[in-house]
Amino acid sequence: MINATLYELSRALSTHEVSSAELTQLFIDRIHRLNPTLNAFITLDPQRSLEQARVADARIARGDSQALTGIPIAHKDIFCTKGWLTTCGSRMLSNFVAPYDAHVVERFQAAGAVILGKTNMDEFAMGSSNETSYYGPVANPWDRAAVPGGSSGGSACAVAARLAPAATGTDTGGSIRLPASLCGVSGLKPTYGVVSRYGMVAYASSLDQGGPIAKSAADLALLLNAMAGFDARDSTSLERQPEDYGRSLNEPLAGLRLGLPKEYFAAGLGADVARAIETAVAQLRGMGCELVEVSLPNTRLAVPAYYVLAPAEASSNLARYDGARYGFRATDYGDLREMYMHTRAQGFGAEVKRRILIGTYVLSHGYYDAYYLQAQRIRRLIARDFAEAFRRCDLIVGPTSPSVAFELGAKSDDPVQMYLSDIYTIGVNLAGLPGMSIPCGFGDKGRPVGLQLIGNYFEEARMLNVAHQFQNATDWHRRMPAETG
Amino acid sequence: MALSLDDVKRIAVLARLSITEAEARQALVELSGVFSLIEQMRAADTTDVEPMSHAQDVVLRLRPDIVSEPDQHELFQSVAPQVEAGLYLVPKVIE
Repeated sequence: MINATLYELSRALSTHEVSSAELTQLFIDRIHRLNPTLNAFITLDPQRSLEQARVADARIARGDSQALTGIPIAHKDIFCTKGWLTTCGSRMLSNFVAPYDAHVVERFQAAGAVILGKTNMDEFAMGSSNETSYYGPVANPWDRAAVPGGSSGGSACAVAARLAPAATGTDTGGSIRLPASLCGVSGLKPTYGVVSRYGMVAYASSLDQGGPIAKSAADLALLLNAMAGFDARDSTSLERQPEDYGRSLNEPLAGLRLGLPKEYFAAGLGADVARAIETAVAQLRGMGCELVEVSLPNTRLAVPAYYVLAPAEASSNLARYDGARYGFRATDYGDLREMYMHTRAQGFGAEVKRRILIGTYVLSHGYYDAYYLQAQRIRRLIARDFAEAFRRCDLIVGPTSPSVAFELGAKSDDPVQMYLSDIYTIGVNLAGLPGMSIPCGFGDKGRPVGLQLIGNYFEEARMLNVAHQFQNATDWHRRMPAETG
Repeated sequence: MALSLDDVKRIAVLARLSITEAEARQALVELSGVFSLIEQMRAADTTDVEPMSHAQDVVLRLRPDIVSEPDQHELFQSVAPQVEAGLYLVPKVIE
């Protein structure tokens, strides 16, 4: 049951082979047993989850169910869940019980899914390894000495360790794709504007997107169908015709042109990762795809531009945390100014403070043009690179990460080393394109390797098609870490 | 553009983050590293390139100027550190 697809679980529920209450209890038991050494979850509320499961069971009995009714889903702790602690992995929100549901959570509730718990994450989504959380790092279930990737490390770990059949994540510079890659699971970041950000705590508003993490592309399609769609409460939500993201899953791949960006296969890519990617690409060629070399010449500017834009937006978004209306408030202060300064100094961790300082600097008087505007121009150059590439191919493929999971603590001393992990994922956020990662093998120390697929705007169905066909022909996505059996 | 210790302290004040002398020195080292990374993009030639803030060419939606949200201030203020008579309590600003 822990390895079942969402479709299989849905069928088992509707034929009464298992009840939602039993299914939910199964995952709760696994979490109690395995979470202490993984730290994938920050908040659990078994009573509440089981209550939701019973409601789902009643709905199934009435014949009123949908594909996700009764399915337990873990939510990254960045999504507001009404009545549940919503911490964003930060001391600043360690006492914040959300008074409302995020749009994404509302959609899952309407579908009858069960909230399994809130997953651990890098603080305010700032990080690539899930080591900056106030609640401690998450371990990689394939090797507990390694990081799971971040910032959605808890969600990716939970799915990989079979603690949850599906989870939500967010991706601003790679935070769904990178942990999916490092944990050997499938994750998708939609085109910017496809999933509403209402109730999804903001880090960098022009880059943030919520998306699903699961064991397969078919599962991702089901989840994306629930998550996507216009929401008037998010001013950047796009009004488009609703789509069935699973409609193209079974289309043959013959004739599809796959672009391989030469900059993604250059120095910096680990040899073990390169080998697994090459094998995956050969597999796709064998399935009828045509391989095309493309170029994204401004790739080297993506990380620097991102580390101007994202911190700038973060410095603005995190200005709201002042101890006045919600969240942590320092106890030692004299006047209002001190209340702000001490609350923020004590409430935020080191990485968050670092990015707030960078952002404040690049937006300050005299520096805005040279830094922020320049980064916005680079952003357009990067988007143009992708547009040009998509004239010559239908989809871009390559590595998600330059390496497999590294050791916990290995990159903590030098922020820049950590930032360079995002080299293949960041451009996708800058351009607002959809991106996915699926498992395609193993590298050094038996740690998973992820294949990244990048589509043109609104090409999620096509990306899911390629991923699904790849997963029909291979079994990397069915592997499970040994210690979690 | 080399960062100085005074820059760090000035930015910390702007960001309303109190910072000790030792923390400021540590931040200077780390931020200098990040700014070396950022310098790479400063050198790029972006003549005649328009800044891009959004992937899609969208316009901010407007709505009628009517009351559409219910009053939930009690619920929203239930999570506040200090509230009285619907007001958030903070240290006095004006003497």
